[in-house]
Amino acid sequence: MSLGSIPPKYKVSIDRDQCMDCGRCIENCSYGTFRRDGDKILIQSRKCTACLRCVSMCPRDAISLTENPVDYRSHPLWTRDAREDIIKQARSGKIILAGMGNASNLPSIFDRLLLDACQVTNPSIDPLREPMELRTYIGKKPSKLEFKKTEAGDVELATKLSPNLKLETPIMIGHMSYGAISLNAHLSMAKAAKETGTFMGTGEGGLHRELYPYQGNMIVQVASGRFGVNVDYLERGAAIEIKIGQGAKPGIGGHLPGEKVSAEVSRTRMIPLGSDAISPAPHHDIYSIEDLVQLVRSLKEATEWKKPVFVKIAAVHNVAAIAAGIARSSADAVVIDGSRGGTGAAPKVFRDHVGIPIEGAIASVDQKLREQGTRNEVSIIASGGMRNSADLAKSIALGADAIYIGTAALISMGCRVCGNCYRGLCPWGIATQRQDLVDRLDPEQGARQVSNLIHAWTLELSELMGAAGINSIESMRGNRDRLRGYMLDEGILEVLDVKNAGA
Amino acid sequence: MCGIIGVIDKTRSRMDGSKIKAALSLMNERGSGDGAGYAAYGIYPDYADCYALHVFFDNMAEPKTKVEEILHYWGTVVHQEEIPTFEQPGLKRVHTPWRYFFKPFDDMIGGKVGSEKDIIKHIVMEVNSSIDGALVFSSGKNMGVFKASGWPEDVANFYRIEDYEGYIWLAHNRYPTNSPGWWGGAHPFNLLDWSVVHNGEITSYGTNQRYVEGYGYKCTLLTDTEVVAYLFDLLGRQHELHTETVVKALAPPFWDEIDRMPPAKEGLYRTIRMTYGSALMNGPFAIVVASNEGIVGFTDRIKLRPLVVGENGDMLYISSEESAIRVIDPEVKNIRTPRAGEPIIGRFNA
Ligand code: SF4
Ligand code: SF4
Repeated sequence: MSLGSIPPKYKVSIDRDQCMDCGRCIENCSYGTFRRDGDKILIQSRKCTACLRCVSMCPRDAISLTENPVDYRSHPLWTRDAREDIIKQARSGKIILAGMGNASNLPSIFDRLLLDACQVTNPSIDPLREPMELRTYIGKKPSKLEFKKTEAGDVELATKLSPNLKLETPIMIGHMSYGAISLNAHLSMAKAAKETGTFMGTGEGGLHRELYPYQGNMIVQVASGRFGVNVDYLERGAAIEIKIGQGAKPGIGGHLPGEKVSAEVSRTRMIPLGSDAISPAPHHDIYSIEDLVQLVRSLKEATEWKKPVFVKIAAVHNVAAIAAGIARSSADAVVIDGSRGGTGAAPKVFRDHVGIPIEGAIASVDQKLREQGTRNEVSIIASGGMRNSADLAKSIALGADAIYIGTAALISMGCRVCGNCYRGLCPWGIATQRQDLVDRLDPEQGARQVSNLIHAWTLELSELMGAAGINSIESMRGNRDRLRGYMLDEGILEVLDVKNAGA
Repeated sequence: MCGIIGVIDKTRSRMDGSKIKAALSLMNERGSGDGAGYAAYGIYPDYADCYALHVFFDNMAEPKTKVEEILHYWGTVVHQEEIPTFEQPGLKRVHTPWRYFFKPFDDMIGGKVGSEKDIIKHIVMEVNSSIDGALVFSSGKNMGVFKASGWPEDVANFYRIEDYEGYIWLAHNRYPTNSPGWWGGAHPFNLLDWSVVHNGEITSYGTNQRYVEGYGYKCTLLTDTEVVAYLFDLLGRQHELHTETVVKALAPPFWDEIDRMPPAKEGLYRTIRMTYGSALMNGPFAIVVASNEGIVGFTDRIKLRPLVVGENGDMLYISSEESAIRVIDPEVKNIRTPRAGEPIIGRFNA
């Protein structure tokens, strides 16, 4: 008995009275949803991914799109997803792939944390009139200052600082590789990072030569596939990041399909044209914490101890202990990627079920490092589903030094979170290598949008801090006293070390 | 609100507490009758080499036995007595103030406990976090804190503050907002030699608290000011920083100013801020801190609370109000208001 097809996910329709028959929808849809048949535009809804490119390009607002136009019989346990996944697997016998971040409907902890403001007993500070300091240094800090006497008898600072990255705002752009996303997307973000005084990750795909002018604002990544890594690459970065895992798929490697490995991608990654780029699950030279310590040291040796080295891990259950181990190596920052982190493609079962949310991870890592007296040894960079300046402010209040944004940066360039990045047909020119699609994203325009977003969040963060009577980001960091939990259970509040609303 | 005073006689000539009482009472507009207190240095010359532990007991049975168990484990009680007090109609007695003159055993020093002072710090943290009905509120040498809930005159008369003679005095008139009007919540706050009086609210309290708790300090007094005493103990005593440097860590210049400094100075200030970011105190405050070396007064980085300084020969006065200083010394000279974050330091003459 055939399984038949599953019902279409979306239904696209054109209001024929409004339509002016300009054909833009046909041109714009890279998935082939629209097609011309004589003087009529035909629609194949089944091909639609809800990237909304057609909707945003239609001059007449003639296109409408509905999700799940066909309903299943409702059932609380056998949801639509549960049934469709089984049908797909019965047919294919394979792992189900899915894009973007965790899509299970577990409540967000951030949404149940509330920020504080001043009333009467202490004045709030107006960021338009008073200085508001967001400058953040990422890297090792001394835990105390030492002074020495010079021969002349003067007292002089003996403490030497390790190399740190200086950020004008605690928002950085996380690692998304060239290959997974387009050169124009990379260029847009790199320009924005430079303009806003922050940094951007290269991802594991190497550094394209067109990004060399922005290398002072780039963090180069060394992942398990070691794509694009040589000494020249390490030297170019402002910092180096070892990627152990990522929040969207902890414990497994990566896969860039051969279709996305164009000539330029192949040159930058140093792999054959059109070959699949497979990053293994573990680094084959890291089987324990001592091996990581050695890799950190080798990278530092290779770059003459001039660059901070970060280690990125997925937020897994034991994240605090792992971060504590990293803090005892010569690493300068630990990046924790929470379970809501995005990705081009991940097995759905990992995306939705493995790892813990970033809020709990920040809280437990900060706590553990303080208990062990190593909080100054590493900065904490939090990532994984940062949606707005409130998530940013709350991350910092829980104890992070800075955040990485990923999906938010893509959305600012046009992405509509359709979740089909792995197909390489992104109609917004972001997750694709097809030149005609890539050309749709103008790097100047893209850069403006990304930097607008960073500016806007930075302004909002200043306002939130000012309202809380704080004029320097250091006093926001780990200030859990200025957070309250609302509808969070006792257990979570204890992990977060946050009081209940009203307490 | 709150009113604060700090006075030092740099020649170590001692003055009795009567004028301080008068000056503090003048600032009653800044208080609410919910708490006042005094700290005086040089008051116990007969026990100058002992730590004077002032303790509030809720009753004289169990809490006292438990405190003494801890004390006897760590050292010798050279002398103990009830702190003399005198009933005041406007003051409700809720604790019995007691004092121990205590010497730690030297052979208990070792490992994490690096000095006598570490032993005292440990005892204070232990008692205050684990013994119900006992609170150590003063633990320095040759100094003591006297405080209670009530108006400044009543608290002064309760302890007969004019019977004590000291070369440094701190005083505080309280309008509590963020902690109940309990005796432990009144200022000055003290740990070892450090005493703090504070007007304001520390908006960075959560950050500062997490920072000092990483070094074994326990914030148990339900108020933001105690953290200042611990920050001074950590940076000033344990990290051996000069008072000026401690103030520059707690109320540093803005990055814009640091960026404009000549290179060596820029390096110093940048390193201070990067190292002690979690010690930075935000929010409106004016503070005077005393130790056996002198006093230092400073405000927050944008001066959201008042602070006035006056001098007369070897006397240095720091207060919320000029009028309070004039009550102590009508001849006072050089009255001025320091800049935001500028440390005003008074040290004994060498
Ligand atoms: S883009 Fe809009 S107006 Fe143009 S053909 Fe398509 S539906 Fe019609
Ligand atoms: S980047 Fe990915 S999710 Fe965003 S629009 Fe393109 S294909 Fe869709």
